[in-house]
Amino acid sequence: MAYSEKVIDHYENPRNVGGFDKNDPSVVTGMVGAPACGDVMKLQLKINDAGIIEDAKFKTYGCGSAIASSSLVTEWVKGKSIEEASQLKNTQIAEELALPPVKIHCSILAEDAIKAALEDYKKKHAG
Amino acid sequence: MNHFEFFNLPVAYELDLAELQQRYRKLQQALHPDRHASGSERDKMLAVQRTAQLNDAYQTLRSPLLRAEHLLALRGVDMQHEQKTLQDPEFLMAQMEWRERVEELDAGYFAGIDAAYKDLAAQTAELQGELERLLVANDNEAAADTIRKLKFMHKLRRELEALEDV
Repeated sequence: MAYSEKVIDHYENPRNVGGFDKNDPSVVTGMVGAPACGDVMKLQLKINDAGIIEDAKFKTYGCGSAIASSSLVTEWVKGKSIEEASQLKNTQIAEELALPPVKIHCSILAEDAIKAALEDYKKKHAG
Repeated sequence: MNHFEFFNLPVAYELDLAELQQRYRKLQQALHPDRHASGSERDKMLAVQRTAQLNDAYQTLRSPLLRAEHLLALRGVDMQHEQKTLQDPEFLMAQMEWRERVEELDAGYFAGIDAAYKDLAAQTAELQGELERLLVANDNEAAADTIRKLKFMHKLRRELEALEDV
């Protein structure tokens, strides 16, 4: 299967790989997995008191499209508010990376990773 | 399509594999093209179709994972493979650790690979046992999530197998 140029770029030069100190109170984590292919994705966001995502890092075990999808969303969410980030749709990721239909689930994984991280934020700020 | 009915077996997760195989062979023989050589074109085509269904049903029932999925489908639970992600932080964190462990295993380092196989087999068996309990208890959503987890374990197994091919 042919990967698009953008997928290859993100795959070869992934942005924001790694993680933050999970004991840092401004750090939230989203963990998701895709049963269909066994891909696992961890997305961490650093969110300031104003509710703005200051930084993002990811670690993904999966195919090129899964890595590219997570790399792309770390770029996209930086500087966004929680509200804005929560509106991000997998279709935007799939479109940007020109993912073929069989790889759409990679973009769903990335969208769900953001949602899971924001869910973690809600949990941490509920009490 | 109810694969259990195909073999005239009760719709249940528990299954006697020897019994299934016996019934499979009987049906296979009955559908064999040689038996339909003198039949009409329509008969022949039906036999071919039934054979394809038979093989599909057999492969589904004899695999514990596919059987569980089929049972859930009959109970109206759609696994939504491509759409539904698993969100169990503890399990996924363990998966990350597994991936790191596999990554650090050099191809051909058989002692390390063997140890990983053993741990993986133990954890897979535990999940498999949980799946059986959940299916018997009709806890279908939890069973679906356990099937999803087992898929990750099977993926790890394939990764380990790939390490052996040096």
